[in-house]
Amino acid sequence: MRALHSSMISRDPASLAQSPDAIKTELDFPGSLHAKFTNKLNIVDPSLINPLDIYRVVGVDGNQLDTSFDIDVDKPLAQKMYKDMVTISILDTIMFDAQRQGRLSFYMVNAGEEASAVGSASALKPEDNIFFQYREAGALLHRGFTLKEMMSQLYANKDDYGKGRNMPVHYASKKLNIHPISSPLATQLPHAAGAAYALKMRGQDAIVICYFGEGAASEGDFHAALNIAATRSCPMVFFCRNNGYAISTPSLEQYKGDGIASRGVGYGIDTIRVDGNDIFAVRRATQQARELALKDQKPVLIEAMSYRIAHHSTSDDSFAYRSKREVEDWKRKDNPITRMRKWLEIKGWWSEEAETELRASTRKEVLKAFSSAEKVKKPKIKNIFDDTYEELPEKLKAQRKELAEILDTYPDHYDLSHFENGREGLEEDK
Amino acid sequence: MLSQLRSVVATRIPRRLYSSLAIPQASPNHISFSDAGFLSQSSAQTLRSQELAAQPNVADGTTKSMNLFQAINDALRIALETDDSAIFFGEDVAFGGVFRCSMGLQEHFGQDRVFNTPLCEQGILGFGVGYAAMDATAIAEIQFADYVFPAFDQIVNEAAKYRYRGASEFNAGGLTVRMPTGAVGHGALYHSQSGEAYFAHCPGIKVVIPRSPIQAKGLLLASIRARDPVIFMEPKILYRASVEHVPLEDYELPLDKAEVIKPGSDVTLIGYGTQLYYMEAAARLAKEELGVDCEIIDLRTISPWDRETVFESVRKTGRAVVSHEAPRTNGIAAEVAAEIQSECFLSLEAPVQRVTGWDTHVPLMYESFVIPDVTRNFHAIKKAIEY
Repeated sequence: MRALHSSMISRDPASLAQSPDAIKTELDFPGSLHAKFTNKLNIVDPSLINPLDIYRVVGVDGNQLDTSFDIDVDKPLAQKMYKDMVTISILDTIMFDAQRQGRLSFYMVNAGEEASAVGSASALKPEDNIFFQYREAGALLHRGFTLKEMMSQLYANKDDYGKGRNMPVHYASKKLNIHPISSPLATQLPHAAGAAYALKMRGQDAIVICYFGEGAASEGDFHAALNIAATRSCPMVFFCRNNGYAISTPSLEQYKGDGIASRGVGYGIDTIRVDGNDIFAVRRATQQARELALKDQKPVLIEAMSYRIAHHSTSDDSFAYRSKREVEDWKRKDNPITRMRKWLEIKGWWSEEAETELRASTRKEVLKAFSSAEKVKKPKIKNIFDDTYEELPEKLKAQRKELAEILDTYPDHYDLSHFENGREGLEEDK
Repeated sequence: MLSQLRSVVATRIPRRLYSSLAIPQASPNHISFSDAGFLSQSSAQTLRSQELAAQPNVADGTTKSMNLFQAINDALRIALETDDSAIFFGEDVAFGGVFRCSMGLQEHFGQDRVFNTPLCEQGILGFGVGYAAMDATAIAEIQFADYVFPAFDQIVNEAAKYRYRGASEFNAGGLTVRMPTGAVGHGALYHSQSGEAYFAHCPGIKVVIPRSPIQAKGLLLASIRARDPVIFMEPKILYRASVEHVPLEDYELPLDKAEVIKPGSDVTLIGYGTQLYYMEAAARLAKEELGVDCEIIDLRTISPWDRETVFESVRKTGRAVVSHEAPRTNGIAAEVAAEIQSECFLSLEAPVQRVTGWDTHVPLMYESFVIPDVTRNFHAIKKAIEY
């Protein structure tokens, strides 16, 4: 119950009563207790308010700009962070092509946002719970999700934790406290608030982090989540990846205000905007946000600015709505991976040879995981029915029997050879 | 209380100008929700119930006369007492709730466990899903079932699918969503709806509707403790009107069993919630006027519903009437009727009758013509018999 009572918003209804003298002086409206009266009419023009600054630690050339602190990343950690970003970019290329060859039904790439994912994940503790949107593979990898686990999910084989039920990139891991990804956008935001409240009730030294894009922030669940997280003082971090596009919709058509960060302030939430291409800015902001969320038991919002270099997904050709030149410019101008590489080189922790070696060995690793996962059988077909409820209701037992009858009557109409135990895999073994 | 009000109004003011319609005292539809035959009028009667007697702590325990909101309140208190992880939240629940269901709970359990949320149904449900996903117990209240639709996505896409997509390693089974449902005499479009069929179409969630205080307490405790998300719909017209002797102890009623609340041999009447009061009165009328012996079944759990109890009864009687307040098209009765014809085809002596709300909304001044009352249930029994 640590810090529970002190941080909970409690308003004694009696405190809203006006003192006898109040009528003579000024009234406190219950809806805004601290606002002052003014005799000057002023409709607030948001365009006259300066946009929130973008926090940076390391510049495009790899040099440290915020010198007020020492970057607390030693050589092994730095090299792991770099390797994770590179692995994701290699994985993306291979899986994108695999999807194009029809070996995978769907894939979503991360290009341009590797630093947001890896940088923020590097600031978390294993006991922190994570709710992802879907474009945060770097965080998954950095936390310890293996390439084999990823491939099992992508191929929906029998080792997949989701038992082959979910579309590719909808990862989950109980042991890593990563909640199962779902396609509906922003639904995970209020979940994260509820989960953070559970941690708070248990007095656990852990927070929840919740990732989402700037497009998802237009959903009603974004509003619902920030408001309830603030009023219930939930220890959590809202992490927004503002990459400029929601599929084809540019942020200019997504909102009129100062991005997502300005809204955090409106909900009474501590907020910071960071350079999403700067892995150290992301890491430091997340570290501090985590600390604040834990110490004061309250939510913090981080808006990481970046650019979605990748297509939205394998079902999207982004050159239908933006120019190749725009994308090429972005790639050339700034890129989270090259920026970190420059920093590593300045430190003397990286070289051309190390780069060549890393890329070759990672490629080999990815291809190996890829081809092994492809060969693994699909899960048992009983998984069609299992886990719908905690226990299989009578009606589902009856429907499973109906399917068995169909499979036995028309054995040539369905191919069960890819599934573990084939036809037998339908039978109950729980 | 409502029926008392109605009788007072009916006798004193012949033409009523208030925005709900009085039912003439002589009409069979002028029923009281407190004298239904299935309500337990004494402690002894309560303890005679086979289902309750099977639970040792109830058999020796005491009972107290409670109405439905008090029984709900009692169940919530026990749920919070017996599970440290349980929290209860929603709009205006802290002061006791607009229907008094959470009276005294915040004082007793503190504002960390019983609290108001911002006015946002999708937020309430989303928050509940996340809390439950941490293997904890979340009891959420939606102020009226009419206002659950902003949270439909959270229920159907998230709560219902959490276990399936998380392959049971994750689940939101600790979530129970309570909501007042059904017509109340003057609720009109947005304080009258019965949306159970929307949820019964969704795999992964259970839908439960109690008929009385004893049922409400036992089914709510079972719903809260079940590790499946449950939509628990409380007929709000019964909150004060339905009264019976409820065991004070902690007890649960099964979520996978319908209950035969009156045995009979000629026609099977299948319903749930408020509708059972109209059906019971219609059955009495059918006995008096037609000499017909009706068997009445309370489904209790609407989804997944207990097929065998229903089939067994219809195979015996050969006739079935299914009734609910919600509109007819794609309502629960459509599902029950279709399954009956598929499983009891050779036993059926007449087409399955559906007595339901019309496929309209619930209009303020016309409510008594829209809800399937005693008259309409009686008419359906007659049709099934005379076929």
